[in-house]
Amino acid sequence: MRKWLVALTALPVLASCMGTSGVCAVQMSCGVGPSRTMLTVFAAASLQPAFDKIGARLLTTSNIASTFSYAGTQTLTTQITQGAPADVFASADTAHMATVAGLLEEPSAIFAHNRLEIAVAKGNPKGIHSLADLSRSGLVIVLADPSVPAGKYAQQALAKANVTVHPASLEQQVTGVLSKVALGEADAGIVYVSDIITSGKVDGVAIPDGQNVIADYPIGILKSAQNAAGAKAFVALVLSADGQAILKTAGFEGV
Amino acid sequence: MSRTRSRVPVLIGALAALGLLLFLLPLAGLIVRAPWNQTLAELTDPTTTTALGLSIFCSLTATAIALVLGVPLAMILARTHGTLRNILRALTTLPMVLPPVVGGVALLLAFGRRGLVGSLLYQWFGIQIPFTTAAAVMAETFVAMPFLVIAVEAGLRSLDHRYEEAARSLGAGYWRVLTRVTLPLLRPAIFSGAVLCWARALGEFGATITFAGNFPGRTQTVPIAVYLALETKPEAAITLSLILLVVSVAILVGLRDRWLGV
Amino acid sequence: MTLEAAVRVRRDGFTLDVTVSVAAGETVAVLGPNGAGKTTLLRALAGLDDMEGRVTLDGEVLDDTDRGVHVPAERRHAGLVFQDHILFPHLSVLENVAFGLRARGKPHARAAARRWLDDAGLGDRAEALPRALSGGQAQRIALLRALATEPKLLLLDEPLSSLDVSIRAEVRRELTRQLASFNGVRLLVTHDPLEAMALADRLVVLERGEVVQSGKPEEVTARPRSRFVADLAGVNLLRGHAHGDHVTVAGNEALAAAGAGEGDVFAVIHPRAVALYRTRPDGTPRNVWYGHVDSVDAYGDRVRVRVVGPVPLVAEVTRAAVQELGLAAGADVWMVVKATEVSAYPA
Repeated sequence: MRKWLVALTALPVLASCMGTSGVCAVQMSCGVGPSRTMLTVFAAASLQPAFDKIGARLLTTSNIASTFSYAGTQTLTTQITQGAPADVFASADTAHMATVAGLLEEPSAIFAHNRLEIAVAKGNPKGIHSLADLSRSGLVIVLADPSVPAGKYAQQALAKANVTVHPASLEQQVTGVLSKVALGEADAGIVYVSDIITSGKVDGVAIPDGQNVIADYPIGILKSAQNAAGAKAFVALVLSADGQAILKTAGFEGV
Repeated sequence: MSRTRSRVPVLIGALAALGLLLFLLPLAGLIVRAPWNQTLAELTDPTTTTALGLSIFCSLTATAIALVLGVPLAMILARTHGTLRNILRALTTLPMVLPPVVGGVALLLAFGRRGLVGSLLYQWFGIQIPFTTAAAVMAETFVAMPFLVIAVEAGLRSLDHRYEEAARSLGAGYWRVLTRVTLPLLRPAIFSGAVLCWARALGEFGATITFAGNFPGRTQTVPIAVYLALETKPEAAITLSLILLVVSVAILVGLRDRWLGV
Repeated sequence: MTLEAAVRVRRDGFTLDVTVSVAAGETVAVLGPNGAGKTTLLRALAGLDDMEGRVTLDGEVLDDTDRGVHVPAERRHAGLVFQDHILFPHLSVLENVAFGLRARGKPHARAAARRWLDDAGLGDRAEALPRALSGGQAQRIALLRALATEPKLLLLDEPLSSLDVSIRAEVRRELTRQLASFNGVRLLVTHDPLEAMALADRLVVLERGEVVQSGKPEEVTARPRSRFVADLAGVNLLRGHAHGDHVTVAGNEALAAAGAGEGDVFAVIHPRAVALYRTRPDGTPRNVWYGHVDSVDAYGDRVRVRVVGPVPLVAEVTRAAVQELGLAAGADVWMVVKATEVSAYPA
């Protein structure tokens, strides 16, 4: 009976060692490997494909295991201000990063840029070629909510192009817009260039520079980071040539 | 209440107190932390009133649909036995155990533009259901109707058959027995089932946001509005939460013992 | 107007097979222990349960399995009175009584219902709800509800058994009065012999799905053909083979019985005719048996002593006798019955 109890209590300990939160940030306390450490990264939803690759790269080069929490930037900001444990925060706009400036170790750095693009179904069956086409009646258009950076940028772009759109839904994260177009529920949506490149399930219609908005993506290390060294390594990789190459492949523009 | 010397009541009392705290503390947090001086302003804010109006409309409509479809369904369930009944029961209670978002996805796959039925509706009639108020009503009906069906079925099973038999022996045909005897006797079960259904519909979030999306005045119900407001304007979120809290308490107090019988 | 019924119901290893014929103006009570099939019979006659066989009422065929005829309950003119009234709890007394008239589309239902209530002296309860009524009132109103539709057949399921013993007599009197003025066929089922004897013109005794006896109440109890009826009549019943002056019963014991005849017989000995002795008596009686007292039950001044032995009997003696003889459970006794007190009749 005792053995079972010991085994039972050992399980959660082992699990948390290999698990998500930075419990085992200190070296040598897990027995998984001589110097593997854990890292928690909060990143905007649009960064998922690129950061997953960067995380994998970091594991092989520095033996740091990254756990990512992807969501709309505004959601992550709220969580961080409420005290959610994170080592690194990558935001889709500077405004949200500014709200947590007081929680950062040092000022954030811009690591990538993104532009907007119109997502349409493969083959562009509805023949959408510009922002102006989005106001055509009978089309189901989905945008990100203005509280999300992508949504805010979309409103700016539409204003620049002098187009009024009546969206069917305002999604919580830009990937929600993408999925609605990919599922065929929406005819078009405004997302990031990077989203379209990594998705592969939708086609993109470019927005001319004059109407487009350039999104600045800042990255910062939190004061409350459990793994400060790992966080520094992550940010360094993101800003390095390797990291920038990965970001470019995913459709971002480097710095 | 008499004092006893045995240890068991103290232990049970302590556990019960813990359970009560689990319920009380979050509600207390809501009430204590509420920005009361701003509440009035928030209450009259268009976003709040729109969401509230939409929520009430959708939840009441969902309940009405649940009544029209759910009572006959409960009647069939109450009359079947054996394996068939188990299968039907499992089907009707499935939405209760399914995570609401999963329900939303399922609704999309059935009624979305590329869905099983939705694609036909779109091709033949140009009807698109997602992102409409109808979609919000459907999502709420999907998750809330099981509550009504279960309550009414339980009521039917506990009904003495002999009332219907007496009515028949007096010459009443099927419809007279149903409308003059069965349904009136079933009224408590139908009522408490409908109230639970309405409360569930009012609070639905996951299926609604997945299937109907989010747009103020059309599909942005109170729970969705709270979720959004939490990140941009927490005071509005708290106010909306308080409104739902007051409504829920009013329902529960109004029902008192009746709903416990379900 | 006559009810002719040949009813067979097979269910869960139980088979009911009853043929009964009831004429208008006659109250027939189907009497039997619980599980005999009485309620099954009633429900089949009411059209509520499936049956095989043939039922005709006043020449109209209600059921005929061979020809595939089955008139559903709502189209039979059969009134049904349940054991615990089953008045509709959400309707007033007046609405309850008017229900059947409304269902059959008769005009002025409320007025007719009020007349029925007034005639029965229950007019002041017209607006009350069933839960405000006493047990006796509710049962009487249930009867009125059934009678109001002027059915051809009235079926009553243990009409008095759910009532308090103290009010049973009064309700029974009302019931008798009401039934007497009803012109149709009346059939009631019960397990209470008193109810049967008091209400019925004819008894049909049902046991394990079969009719074991039928006839006027006095005839049935005078010559019981089953333990159930014997118990209800309060007599000792033995079964055996008669040969001249003797009847051989179980265990090869012989009863001396005057004029027993030949063949299979029932032998009845009234408990009053059983005399008890502590020592073996000498005398004329040929029927002398030994046994042990099993139980002693007092009924007012009389005491019933149950004796087990080769011939088990119940003896009825006085209290004084019990005390003088020191009769208690386990005591040895000798029982004596005169041959003239044993009445035998063909089984």
